[in-house]
Order: sequence, then structure tokens, then C-alpha cells
Amino acid sequence: MLVLVNHLPVLPEVLLLLGACVLMIFDLYAKDEGRRASFALAQLILLACAAATLFILWVNGGRSLLLFDRSFLSDAMSGVLKLVAYGAVSAALAYSRRYLLDRGLLRGEFLTLLLFALLGMMVMISANSFLTLYLGLELLSLCLYALVALNRDSAASTEAAMKYFVLGALASGLLLYGISMIYGATGTLVISDIAARATSLAAESSSSRMLLVFGLVFLVSGLAFKLGLVPFHMWIPDVYQGASTAVTLVIGTAPKLAAFAMAMRLLVGGLPALSVDWQQMLAILAVLSMAIGNLTAIAQTNLKRMLAYSTIAHMGFMLLGLMSGVVGGNRLSAVDAYGAAMFYTIVYVLMSLGAFGVLLLLSRAGFECERLEDVKGLNRRDPWLAFLMLVLMFSMAGVPPTAGFYAKFAVLSAAVQAGQIAIAVTAVVFSLIGAFYYLRVVKLMYFDDPAQGVSAVGQRGGARLLLSANGLSLLLIGILPQTLMYVCLQAIQYSYAR
Amino acid sequence: MPLLSLAIWVPVAAALLVLAAGGDRNAPLQRAIALAGAVLGFVVTIPLYAGFETGVAGMQFVELRPWIEAFNVNYHLGVDGISVLFLLLNSFITILVVIAGWSVIESRVGQYYASFLMLSGVMNGVFSALDGVLFYVFFEATLIPMFIIIGVWGGPNRVYAAVKFFLYTLFGSLLMLVAVLYLYGKSGGSFAVLDWHKLPLSLAAQKWLFFGFLFAFAVKVPMWPVHTWLPDAHVEAPTGGSVVLAAIMLKLGAYGFVRFSLPILPDASRDLAWLMIALSLVAVVYIGLVALVQTDMKRLIAYSSVSHMGFVTLGFFVFNTWGVEGALVQMISHGFVSAALFLCVGVLYDRMHSRMITDYGGVVNTMPKFAALMMLFAMANSGLPATSGFVGEFMVIMGAMQKNFWLAFAAATTLVFGAAYTLWMYKRVMFGAVANARVAALKDLEPRETLVLGLLAVAVLFMGVYPLPFTEVMHASVDELLRHVAQPKL
Repeated sequence: MLVLVNHLPVLPEVLLLLGACVLMIFDLYAKDEGRRASFALAQLILLACAAATLFILWVNGGRSLLLFDRSFLSDAMSGVLKLVAYGAVSAALAYSRRYLLDRGLLRGEFLTLLLFALLGMMVMISANSFLTLYLGLELLSLCLYALVALNRDSAASTEAAMKYFVLGALASGLLLYGISMIYGATGTLVISDIAARATSLAAESSSSRMLLVFGLVFLVSGLAFKLGLVPFHMWIPDVYQGASTAVTLVIGTAPKLAAFAMAMRLLVGGLPALSVDWQQMLAILAVLSMAIGNLTAIAQTNLKRMLAYSTIAHMGFMLLGLMSGVVGGNRLSAVDAYGAAMFYTIVYVLMSLGAFGVLLLLSRAGFECERLEDVKGLNRRDPWLAFLMLVLMFSMAGVPPTAGFYAKFAVLSAAVQAGQIAIAVTAVVFSLIGAFYYLRVVKLMYFDDPAQGVSAVGQRGGARLLLSANGLSLLLIGILPQTLMYVCLQAIQYSYAR
Repeated sequence: MPLLSLAIWVPVAAALLVLAAGGDRNAPLQRAIALAGAVLGFVVTIPLYAGFETGVAGMQFVELRPWIEAFNVNYHLGVDGISVLFLLLNSFITILVVIAGWSVIESRVGQYYASFLMLSGVMNGVFSALDGVLFYVFFEATLIPMFIIIGVWGGPNRVYAAVKFFLYTLFGSLLMLVAVLYLYGKSGGSFAVLDWHKLPLSLAAQKWLFFGFLFAFAVKVPMWPVHTWLPDAHVEAPTGGSVVLAAIMLKLGAYGFVRFSLPILPDASRDLAWLMIALSLVAVVYIGLVALVQTDMKRLIAYSSVSHMGFVTLGFFVFNTWGVEGALVQMISHGFVSAALFLCVGVLYDRMHSRMITDYGGVVNTMPKFAALMMLFAMANSGLPATSGFVGEFMVIMGAMQKNFWLAFAAATTLVFGAAYTLWMYKRVMFGAVANARVAALKDLEPRETLVLGLLAVAVLFMGVYPLPFTEVMHASVDELLRHVAQPKL
């Protein structure tokens, strides 16, 4: 009994693992071509995990608990990020069922891989040791590689999976190399111990500091690959375009939460002593990502590819928050800055879910909605979906009153408060350039007439309802951002401002 | 009664109702709801004027509620003598726009009216927001409905115009956002505009901030040389869009100067007044000349708007009562006159589907009633005494005279140019022999059009003959503003 109580904080992970295994077997006996029962079971598992996570948050009351020889951390930030991840995966399931069914891709593997990927994310989010972190990362990545290749007969999918795998393996290698160097310098893998030792080491001699910084460079490179930051972004457009839209939806949403958590654990949790160094690195990555992401997105004719470049730009924007936490060794505004980055990530996940959800709902058997022309005249065909897409696009562009505005507002505020006014102005200029291609989508939907032969309207049913809620939630957060912002700030406050 | 909240949210609620009323099959119902919403929106602004205490300089009808506590952002509304009239003007013009589009707009009626009502509510928000973030949100939120209005119901080149409008204004406002965030940090975590008024700032910081705000407001006003979006937007926008754009949206930028730039950055404002005055004079003189050679009526009135708004910014930056009050009067008068002129062009365009001056001639023979009304508005546009156009221009010229004779002289050329381009256009369109068979077949004003133009005619004449009700509410606030600007806050 005591063992159980002591290990209560891993209850969601255990539930998910068990659930995924049960689902794997259950699906073998599923007769229904549409796999309604399996989907329902998957949703049920997610619901159970959510309940468990909420329960743990309530029991812990925001305290941070360490388990398994301090390699697993359950704190407020991990709870919030996991809850959002469940929501994202649950929405991904709902949006993509019909799409996969129409293309004959609806197999049990999709569900199982998705749930295991989620498990990987959760382990990453809760990692307090380099080992756990790497374990979660590999579990997530391997599932995603397989998901991208799900459409076996498509050359584009296979190519994307291959690229993703090779580049992903390279990035993992970089990350491991960095980890080994930090381990060599500090002699431990536990992140909270590293923080203490790195601080004394960095103060001790410049040579050991040099070793740490060397390791840091590799850590940041691996991280940048996972977040898709320039110049480690090459895989993003190809994978987004090559994978089937349902899988793109998965890749573009929940894993960003895990990558954000990884950045927080590694940099803020593990190496605060080197904050001057990694903040500079992040600043360069941020500016490059915003520049290349936004400029290249303009030239795209494929919506998925355009959204891929927009992801790159958004992640660059999110970094503005991460790089503004420590100013001249002073951590006073750290909670605001990291909270802003977390808010940005969550809002980005909501926007990305919605945008790919619209594409999924517009695609039908034999018709793939993925080029810009495919949304032409959507306002005539399906005004409600067009309106939702309008909200999503304005939110991505950061125009009030949508959630995207507050996300940009919060990180820009963090950057300005940190004295990074030049970078803030650069960010503003690039987000203006970014507004152009979001506007183009609105223009196609509202100002142009539908293309000949395309009379598609979105599907009806539960997925549409959920998508409406998703789109309207951005409007709601746009009008009343207080709650979500408060949650993010509190989560960071409890987890990092002890 | 939270009157300001009502002024903002009644039109927005009406917009949602219009949208909820379904598609084009229910167009009559949607029109009725839109009209009811617009009238109700105007009715709730009347107590703002009736209950306004004229002797008080500070904010009235204040509403203060926490909104985003994480950033100390408040839902903080209030009006003073400078802003109160614009809420009334805005809500009044909205009624006219709804009536003007009554039988003209036939496709996507609900979305059309919803856009205008939403725009109206949001612009009331801009004029009454006293919190930096709230102001910014309202300021930016005006872009979306206007973008849709131009892009969906506009002319042939509407997409170019809509995107140009959007990107120009977004660029300006994003720089303002950085300035707002900087002020937030400097003031120790406050977004309250009234706190910023008292915040001491170094001259260098003030100048940077001044340019941050200048981009946002100059694009909106628009000042030369960032005015080029305006003629495009006006030409392509539907009549209602042009009316709202000229009558209200341009005022948002000018209002920004008096609410932000002057009181928050008085030293920079005084230091850079020469620049602002120079840009204003270029707008008045050069754009006046540009207007003279236009062949498209809407484009001509658009350039005339830029020229008249140059007068407004000129008035603000001479820093005396005549100048500032004159500029404010000019803003309101221009709201009436430009709205009326765009509606007049709309009347012709609905019948002939052309805005080219050369397609017309001798319209007075077939549309005498219309010609008489348009005469009045043309005269008001050229600043004839006894019309509203005269009052503002006269006051600004008086203000300029106090500062420098040659400044006043340059500004006064507008009376010549304004009369030249407006009346020359009027002559070519209205007088002479009937130009062609289509002009000969024109029908005079319908009762609906007469009502709209008639209301504006009354407003223009009333303000021209008896401007006291407009100026007396401003006095206390303008004096307070000038006193504040005169004090250095380094």
C-alpha cells in the first residue's frame, strides 16, 4: 500500500501504459471497419489519465515530488503541460478518424503509436534526469517516425519518414554527446544536482566552465532540432508536407509541449549557471527562426508547408520568453518570462490543432485539402468553417482580440522588460511579414470565388463540434486571457521559483 | 449605468444578433436588427453628452474593473471633453451607414451589417479606453472588420487595397505595442494611461517612444508620406466603408496624438513639433495640389481627407487653445463633411457605376435636389463660413497665427486649394450640358437617400452657425492638456 501511495505521481503514466497495451489487444478483436470502439476506448484512457493528473495536482497542491531516485519529477508545470497534451491528443483522435478511414489508413497501429508517443511526451515532461529525458524523447521520436511512415504506399510519406529518422537520429546523437560532456564535468545525471554543481564549477575555473559551455552547445542543438528552430529546421517542411495530414496534426501539436518542457528542464532547471551563454544562443536561434520561417512561408503554395514554416516562426517567437528570464544574474522577472513562453506554447498548440483540424475536416475521400487554392471561396461553401479558420489565422498573425495576440504580447513584454528592445522590434517586424501569408488565407476564403469543381463542405458531426469549440476557445482566451495566463504563471511559480 | 460599456457592447451584441439571424434569405430581418442596433447604440451615447459636466477636466463616466491581473491590465474606460464627442459622432454615422446600405447591399447582407456594427462598437472602445492594452486591443480590432468590408464588398482591385490597408496599419501599431510595453516597464508595471501622463521620462526615451507612437498614429491619420494606402482603400471600399473610414477611422490616429503622444511625451512633442508641423504642411499644400488633378471622385475626396487631416495634426502641434480646439472641431466637422461627400459619390455610383468625373456633366438638370445638397457639402469641404468646415479651419489658422505668421499663411492656402479642387469637381460633374444619355436618365434622390444626406446637412449647418455646444465641452480638458504639455517632465 505504501509503495502505491509513494508512487502515486506516476499514476497517469502507468494508466496510459496499461491502457495502450489493453487497447493493442482489444483492437485485434475489433470487427468494425470504423473502429469506433477502439477510438472510444482511447478517449476513455485519456480521460482517465486527465482525471489522475488532476487528482495528483490536487493532492500535491503544487508541491514538487521526486520519484525513482530523483529521476522523475512531478510538479505543477508537468501537471498543466500533461493536461494540455491529453487534450491535444484527444482532439487529434477526433479530427482524424474520418480522414484516416477514407484513406484506408485506419489501423490499430495509429492509436497505439499515438498513445505511446504521448507516454514518451509525459516522461519527457516529468524528467528530472538526463536518462529519463532521453528515454522519453526516444520513445516519442520512434513512435513519430513510424507514424509518418504509416502511409506505406506513398513515396512522399516514406521519404519524409526517412528524412525525419536520419536527421532525428543525428539530433539525438548531438544531444547525447552534450549530455556526456555535462556528465563528465559534473559527475551526475540528475538535473537538480547538475544545477548546483555547474554553478560551483562555473565559478571555480574558466576551463571547467569551458567544458560545460561546450556540452551546452550540443544540448541546445539537440533541443533546437526538436523544436524545429533555424538552422535545425530542415526536416519540418518535408515531414509536415509528406506525412498524411492526420499525422502532421499530431507532430505539430503535443510534441511542442514536450519540447518546451525539455527546454525548461535542461536550461532553466539544469544549467541556470550558464544562463548568459544559452540566452545568447537562444536569441540567435529566435531571430533566425522568425526571419527564415516568416519569409519562406510567403513563397509556399502548399498549406501544410506554409504552416510548417509558420511553426518555425512561432517557435522562434516562443524563445523570446525563454531567453528573457535572467537579466544580469537577476531572476526577478523569470516567472513572467517563462510563464509567457509556456502560455505561448499552449496557445500555439491550440491554434495548430485548429488549423490542421480545418484541413482534415475539409478533406474527403479522393480529395486532399492541402493546397492554398483548396480553401478558395470557403466562405461561400461553408461559412462557419471559414469563420473558424479566420479566427485561427488572425490568432496566428497575432491580431487582437484573439489568443495569439496575448501570446505575442506576453513574450514581447518579457523581452522588453529584459531590455532586449532591438530583438523585440525585430520580432515585431517579422510578425508583420508573417501577417501577410495568414491574410492571404483569409483573402482566399472570403474574397475569392470557389474554384471550379470543388464544392466540398466540411464534415458534420462530433469532430465539427469539437473544432468549433477549439476555434472559439481562441476567441474566448483572446477576450478573457486571465485564467490561462494565471495557470501558466502559477505553474512556473510553483515549479521554478522555490 | 455603465454607459460607456453600453456604447461599446450594444453594437457588438447587435452584430452577433444579425449574424445569428441566418443567411441572405432573412435579409429584411437582418436589416431591421441592424438598424435597431445602430439606433439603440446612438441612444445610449446621448446621456454621455447630456450628463457631461462641462467644467471638469478629468475623466468622467469612469469604469474600472480588473481584466488580466497577471499583467495588471484593467478594463478601464472613461471620457473627457476631448473624446466624448467622438463616441456620439461614431454612433451617429453608424446609423447613416446602415440606412445608406439598405437596398444597395444584396449579397451577404448579414455579414455586411455585422462588420459595421462590430466596427462601431470597437471604435467607441478606442475613444474611451484608458488602459494601454485595452486601447491597443480596440485599436487593432478595428482592422479585421474593415479588412473584410473592403475585401468582400469592394471594387475590382479590392484585394490589393484591403491587404495594403491591413499591413500598413498593422506595422504602425506593432511598433506602438513595443512602446506600450516599454512604458509598462518604466512605470513599474502599470498600463494606466493616466499614470503614464505623470511618468517622468528622459528626453532620449521620450523621442524613441514618440516615434513608436508616431508610426501607429501617422499611418492611421494618415500623414504624408504614409498616406498612400488611403486613396486605394477609399476607391475600392464600398460606400459605407469609405464613410466609416473617412469619418471615424482616420480620427483614431489623430485622437492617439492627444491621448498618448502629447501628454505622455510633452518634451519630445515640443522638441519635434517642427517635424510634425512640416509634415502637416506638406499634407495640406502638396496633397491639396494632388487632389486637384484627380479624375476619380472618390480618390479626389480621399486626398482631400489627407489634406484636411493635415490641418488637424497642425493644430495639435502649435500648442495653444485655438489650435487644439480647432483641430478637434475640424475632426468632427470632417466626420460630417467627408461622410456626406462619400455618400454623394455613392448616390451617383449606385446609378451610373462610375466614379470618373469625365463620365458626368450636367447632373443638376436631372437631379436638382441632389445637386443642392451636394453643393452644401462641397462648400463645407472648401471651408465656407456658416458651414462646419469653416469653424475648425479658422480656429487652426488663428492658432497658427499666434505661433508664426508664415505658418498661418501656408496653412491658409488650404482655403484656396480646397475650394479649387472641390468646386472644380462639382462644376464638372453638376454643371454644363447633360453629358450623355445615361446622365439624362438619372433619377433624383429617393426618400432614404434624402434622409441620410438631410441629416448630415442639418449637422453641417448647425455646427457652422452655432459651434458652442461642441466647443464648450472641450474647454476644460483642452486647457488641462495644454497646461500639462507646457510642463517638462524629464
